[in-house]
Amino acid sequence: MAEPYPFSAIVEQEEMKLALLIAVIDPSIGGVLVFGHRGTGKSTAVRALAALLPKMQVVAGCRYHCDPQADPRACADDCSLRRGRKPAELKSKAVPVPVVDLPLGATEDRVVGALDLERALTAGVKAFEPGLLALAHRGFLYIDEVNLLEDHLIDLLLDVAASGENVVEREGLSVRHAARFVLIGSGNPEEGELRPQLLDRFGLSVDVTTPEDLASRVEVVRRRDDFERHAAAFLAKWKRKDGQLRRKLTAARQRLDDIQVPDGALERVAELCMKLGTDGLRGELTMIRAARALAALEGAKSLNDDHLRRVAPAALRHRLRRDPLDEAGSGVRVERALQEVFGT
Amino acid sequence: MTGQAPARQGASGSSPGPSPWADAVLAAAALAVDPAGLGGVVLRSPPSPLRDNWLDLLRQGQPPDAPWRRVPLHVTDGRLFGGLDLAATLRAGKPLAERGLLAECDGGMLILASAERLSAATAARLTATVDRGMVAVERDGTTARHSARFGIVALDESLDDSEAVPPALADRLALHIDLNGLRRGESPETVFTPEEIAQARKRLRTVTAAESDVELLCGVALALGTGSLRAEALALRFARVHAALHGRTTLAKADCEAAARLVLAPRASRLPLPDDEPPAAEEHQAETPPEDGEGDDRGSDSPPEDLVLAAAQAAIPPRLLAQLQSAVGRPRGRSAAGRVGALQLARRRGRPVGTRRGDLAGGNRLNLVETLRTAAPWQPLRRRRQDGADAGPRMEVRRDDFRIVRFKQRSESVTIFVVDASGSAALHRLAEAKGAVELLLTDCYARRDQVALIAFRGAGAEVLLPPTRSLVRAKRELAALPGGGGTPLADGLDAALALAEAAKRQGRTPSLVLLTDGRANVSRDGSGGRAQAEEDAQRAARRIRGAGLAALFIDTGPRANPFARDLAAEMGARYLALPRADARSLSAAVQDAGQSAGAPEAVA
Repeated sequence: MAEPYPFSAIVEQEEMKLALLIAVIDPSIGGVLVFGHRGTGKSTAVRALAALLPKMQVVAGCRYHCDPQADPRACADDCSLRRGRKPAELKSKAVPVPVVDLPLGATEDRVVGALDLERALTAGVKAFEPGLLALAHRGFLYIDEVNLLEDHLIDLLLDVAASGENVVEREGLSVRHAARFVLIGSGNPEEGELRPQLLDRFGLSVDVTTPEDLASRVEVVRRRDDFERHAAAFLAKWKRKDGQLRRKLTAARQRLDDIQVPDGALERVAELCMKLGTDGLRGELTMIRAARALAALEGAKSLNDDHLRRVAPAALRHRLRRDPLDEAGSGVRVERALQEVFGT
Repeated sequence: MTGQAPARQGASGSSPGPSPWADAVLAAAALAVDPAGLGGVVLRSPPSPLRDNWLDLLRQGQPPDAPWRRVPLHVTDGRLFGGLDLAATLRAGKPLAERGLLAECDGGMLILASAERLSAATAARLTATVDRGMVAVERDGTTARHSARFGIVALDESLDDSEAVPPALADRLALHIDLNGLRRGESPETVFTPEEIAQARKRLRTVTAAESDVELLCGVALALGTGSLRAEALALRFARVHAALHGRTTLAKADCEAAARLVLAPRASRLPLPDDEPPAAEEHQAETPPEDGEGDDRGSDSPPEDLVLAAAQAAIPPRLLAQLQSAVGRPRGRSAAGRVGALQLARRRGRPVGTRRGDLAGGNRLNLVETLRTAAPWQPLRRRRQDGADAGPRMEVRRDDFRIVRFKQRSESVTIFVVDASGSAALHRLAEAKGAVELLLTDCYARRDQVALIAFRGAGAEVLLPPTRSLVRAKRELAALPGGGGTPLADGLDAALALAEAAKRQGRTPSLVLLTDGRANVSRDGSGGRAQAEEDAQRAARRIRGAGLAALFIDTGPRANPFARDLAAEMGARYLALPRADARSLSAAVQDAGQSAGAPEAVA
């Protein structure tokens, strides 16, 4: 069936691509928010990234994509792991990393899961039917137009994304299952804004714009056209680059824990956040984690000021006490503070 | 009108644009050639013989066995994607799956009736399918992937601009056709036979586009401000289909022109640089493009981009053209905000917050799924009670099982700013008043209030901004607000009251913030005279108090004005003189005014 567009073939949008890579290397960063106009390749990038990742091993037949290596007790009650078998005896299979779309207007029961109506009606048993959160486990949950999603759903998603666990207590069911995913929200700010409380809970935030110069527009259209007409040839052409990136990502994930964080860096990050007046510690934490992931991606042993500088706008711009009437945007303010703390 | 258009348009270079109907016919043929590649069409037209005619043309162009499915507006997920066939399952007593509409449409057309009322949720499902060219069914026990490549015909029956096809969907459909006001036979149209279309379908794969063609289309798109990059990609696709239809295997200028006319022009958000002469508006039909040599493909003197641009510009629908011309300097998000406003309005009747037991009386809405869920666990028991009689229904639902949808209605607050922009105010403090409003706007942003803006000066009052949550727009309107003229205070108050009443009817909680120096000097009938004007203002103020509106009166006069203070009392408003109204006390005052207006939430 149709292969997604290759990640390496996406023209420009460097900040978005980098933010997505960072979120993949360290999922604990807590998701990426992409704000921008339609047709800027947001959803293409997410799907491409998922396809780029190595296939993951899951327990065959497990509805929660359980990792065969994982502690069996972490899985929900009806996982096959519980049926008295040891991890070594389990059949596993490789599946692509899932990307689950959460459509607007999705109901809460569809998102968290609910009583399985089919089995209740036909067999008269009370069984749990996993929702979108279970489907997204170990993959991506993508929400287009996140700013138009009902607030209570976003609350719920962010809670699950932060805790990595979905707890369902409804209709006499009591189920908990692991739900670790990279949350990606996108939207167009002209159509409504996200509540500041929710903004803060996304790890990284990037703004994408439609390129306004002819050359890159032409390039985008040409590649897209190539891809649609000669998909096989196009994929083959980019396969090597995608493969390189895949190896880099895999290596970065393994290296992540060994990246040194110098004390001086922590101090400078704290200074930067104080200067910008970001509330809470989430900004500092995210910035350090993102810089560490970037260092891992680039094969560095420890993170340096350059890494910090490059992730600062994405990690902080949505955490500033915002003046909605200031059209210059918060990116400029972050840039200014960076100049002061890190010098030129 | 033009009359001199050659019969086979595209075959012989450019010419004054063919009639809109001829273009519509061309679009039908193109869509029949490559439904999935072009995405589809937004067909704006009320139900009419002309529309049926167009749909017939499209259907005839399809391969004989290609599917053609109408999708109702409120289609369920199960039907759309496939999944459990509930009726069959209940009858058979074992799970029976059904194939969804999307998979059934593969290779054909999906017709969306009343697409302007399509919910964003359904649109999101469609766009996800279109993007991937397949449907993924993920249900318990079954995981299926079906190919689903089809064209969408979104029938847009909206009458004005308050409704429109969800933008995310419209963005993916190459063709936007408006059949309103069209007649057949204004210029000869080319109807392609099914055989020609079938040949074009075969030829399509071999059509090549030169680098310069891509640049040309991108350049035109940029000049027209089409925004999304999908526009260019779809235009290129269309140009290729056009070439295939006309028997070419390389793109000619005519193909790019057609793509610019049919794909790019309807998406224009600005007119190309108005450097020399004002763009020809209404008379674009009669106008012949300047020095456009007859029928050569690529050899004319003026750069091709200009010619194609001219073709596109001439094809901008008059309605859109009028909008573009009036909206000077507006950003391209122009209509999006309004549409989303409408969408949220539909939801504002309350969002469902679970269910409760109840009867089906008084317009209660039954939640079928919850009802069945409630009934399900009891089935074995109830079946046993029937003494094993097989005659009984397979599913026994009792009245106790009925579950009714509960709605929670969050009453949003709307803060209506009424700003005095008269000469006297302008002289003294208009700038400061604007500053104060900006402060208050910031405050409303934090609380997610909606804001509306009314200004009064000269002969009357004007609603500059209907209730919106877009603070950027509010600020823009405010900054552009000119000052000068008399003070029709009564008109301003009347307009505010009307807007507040409308907001109330929509279930929102309005409050007023009035910024004026209170020096009314224009009465309701538009004549001058302080005495009459003040009396009118007092009468209007009493109506506001009668309506029980929370109000804040900010006196912007250089010194406290006793009349203003009295007027505030008549309105039942809090009175605040601007000299003492620093940022903090202002926002606190507005908050108080908002809170006294009533409880924000109610559960039905």
